[in-house]
Amino acid sequence: MDAFAEEFLNWEVMVKYFPDIVAGLWVTMGLALMVIVSGLILGLVLAVIRAFQIRPINLLIIAFVDIFRSLPPLVIIILLYFSIPMFGLNWSGFICSWIALSLVLASFVEEIYWAGITSVHKGQWEAARSTGLSFFETLIYVVLPQVIRMTIPPLTNRTIVIAKNTALASVVAVQEMLTVAQTSLAYAANSSPLTLAALGYLMMFLPLVILSRYIESRFAWKR
Amino acid sequence: MDLELLRFNFFNIDSVINVYPLILKGLWMTIKLCLLVGPIGFISGMTLAGVYSLHIRSLNWFLMVYVDFFRSVPPLVLLIYVYYGLPFFGIEIPAFLAVLISFTLNSSSYYGEVVRAGIESIPAGQMEAARSSGLSRTQAMIYVILPQALRNVAPDLISNTVELIKATSIASVVALPELLRMARVGQDLEYNATPLVAAALIYLIMLWPVVRLLSRLERRMMSSH
Amino acid sequence: MSNSPLLEVVNLRKSFATLEVLKGVDFTILPQELVFIIGPSGSGKSTMLRCCNLLEEPTAGSVLFKGQEISKPNVDIDTIRQHIGMVFQSFNLYPHMTALQNITLALRKVKKIPTSESQDRAMSALEQVGLAEKHDSHPNQLSGGQQQRVAIARSIAMEPDVMLFDEPTSALDPELVGGVLNVMHKLRNDGMTMIVVSHEMRFAQEAADRVLFVDGGLIIEQNTPEEIFNNPQNQRTREFLSRVSDH
Repeated sequence: MDAFAEEFLNWEVMVKYFPDIVAGLWVTMGLALMVIVSGLILGLVLAVIRAFQIRPINLLIIAFVDIFRSLPPLVIIILLYFSIPMFGLNWSGFICSWIALSLVLASFVEEIYWAGITSVHKGQWEAARSTGLSFFETLIYVVLPQVIRMTIPPLTNRTIVIAKNTALASVVAVQEMLTVAQTSLAYAANSSPLTLAALGYLMMFLPLVILSRYIESRFAWKR
Repeated sequence: MDLELLRFNFFNIDSVINVYPLILKGLWMTIKLCLLVGPIGFISGMTLAGVYSLHIRSLNWFLMVYVDFFRSVPPLVLLIYVYYGLPFFGIEIPAFLAVLISFTLNSSSYYGEVVRAGIESIPAGQMEAARSSGLSRTQAMIYVILPQALRNVAPDLISNTVELIKATSIASVVALPELLRMARVGQDLEYNATPLVAAALIYLIMLWPVVRLLSRLERRMMSSH
Repeated sequence: MSNSPLLEVVNLRKSFATLEVLKGVDFTILPQELVFIIGPSGSGKSTMLRCCNLLEEPTAGSVLFKGQEISKPNVDIDTIRQHIGMVFQSFNLYPHMTALQNITLALRKVKKIPTSESQDRAMSALEQVGLAEKHDSHPNQLSGGQQQRVAIARSIAMEPDVMLFDEPTSALDPELVGGVLNVMHKLRNDGMTMIVVSHEMRFAQEAADRVLFVDGGLIIEQNTPEEIFNNPQNQRTREFLSRVSDH
């Protein structure tokens, strides 16, 4: 047991690398927040555009959504990271990870919103249109409010899963928490920095996971 | 933009010819990994859910902590913890085993949550009817509750499995020679991104049909309420 | 011998959290008897019934089946339950199985009867409820009345010694009630022992041997249907019956 503590919960090592890990934590949090905000907004915009049912645009959206739901996020990050210089651009690993994960989140979000929009009863549209509301007004004032409530549980779950994927940015040399922990682990020849990082992730995501449990029971999406 | 450069870097036939044995080897490893990790995760998840449905308070607390813990830690962190962390402790494990352990912990939590939701979606009367005819709890679970529960959450189960298959790509980080790892080896050999594009295409071919099916199922599920 | 009680309930009490639903109930059921349990909603009559096959575990008191106390913790309740059929208000047919499969499941898994023989028995049970031609239908293809008749067939195929009916017609549209009551009438004529919780007062008058009036977790009065309906002794029985007959 002592050997275990020495290895995984070494106080001295933890104290020494604590500032580095915290610096990594900020990067992880920043990246996660940026991904969540841009992913949610882009996903909603795509769903609204799709509601207009313009065929060529819809096909484009469907293709985009399907591709980004089918590819592993790590593949997308690496592909973007290695191909962007060939287009004469010089994006950092951070920017590439942000864009890649935002696009992935946006695809899932679009799909969830769209499923919600199609599930709102036709009568709702007819009732609103019959009172003289335009298509867009009906969408904004009548349909989306119902959709958002119904889609909160799946959205929360998906957002957590993809925000956790910020750890993948370590593969393209972003100095986020996992990268820092791995570097520290090599220097210290001890796993305690990883324990710290794991605690950091728990601190960030455990409240969200518990929140999602609560939301799921509150907004129960009855089957 | 130079089209020739684009072709050379992303759609280089010569590179494909050079590295395709590597890519196939990687694909085979990915498939083996999925065939092992998928069923193990699913069965342990079902076991978790079955135990949960016994409603033993202290046990359920423990299960909930287990599930929430592994849903909060990114799979890559878990994998690195197991693969790079344990050796310092004197436990040296091969990459494949490390992947297996960390994926089982992670995916059993996700599958467990899905199956639990499925079981809870079945009205209590079903269990009562089965038990009143003399079926044991386990029999009632196997013949009456689970078939309905799994059907109710089929979209979530499929979606989970797609995520699991995609997640096997992180095994490349611990140098397990699966599809993404082999593509990156190819990329280093050929000095261009074509092997990566090839790997991406393979993932797309494998998963796109499933993702399409999933969209339909999810929409049908939401509409039926 | 045939007059020794089939089912005996002694000083039965049941509480849910702090709410005491049954406050000490005693009754016995003789072979081939049809006993009707009536009472206002929330009186505890369904809980009483569900304690008879231990779907609810009594808080205190005991349940005896053929003289054996089945409410003790070390009793193998699954073995007992195959002799006590139950029919539910909401049918509780298994939606993923056909009518026939609904019936054969317990025959095969509990009674360990080979598949072909259990199918024969299931078919004859379906014939008894007049639904042999529906053996291949799934529950969602049947009307409520048909579903309930399949549920009854599912019980009788097990050849139970006693059948419990928990408001078997309450979830049915009025025009479908008759079919279910007919089946129950036939069962009674065949000599099945039955305990029925129901609001079908006419059926009680025609078919019951005994009626128990339950209110506030206690049996207030029990007697023949003639006496209960025409000459109720207790004030609460009278009030209940006048309220019911208003409708």
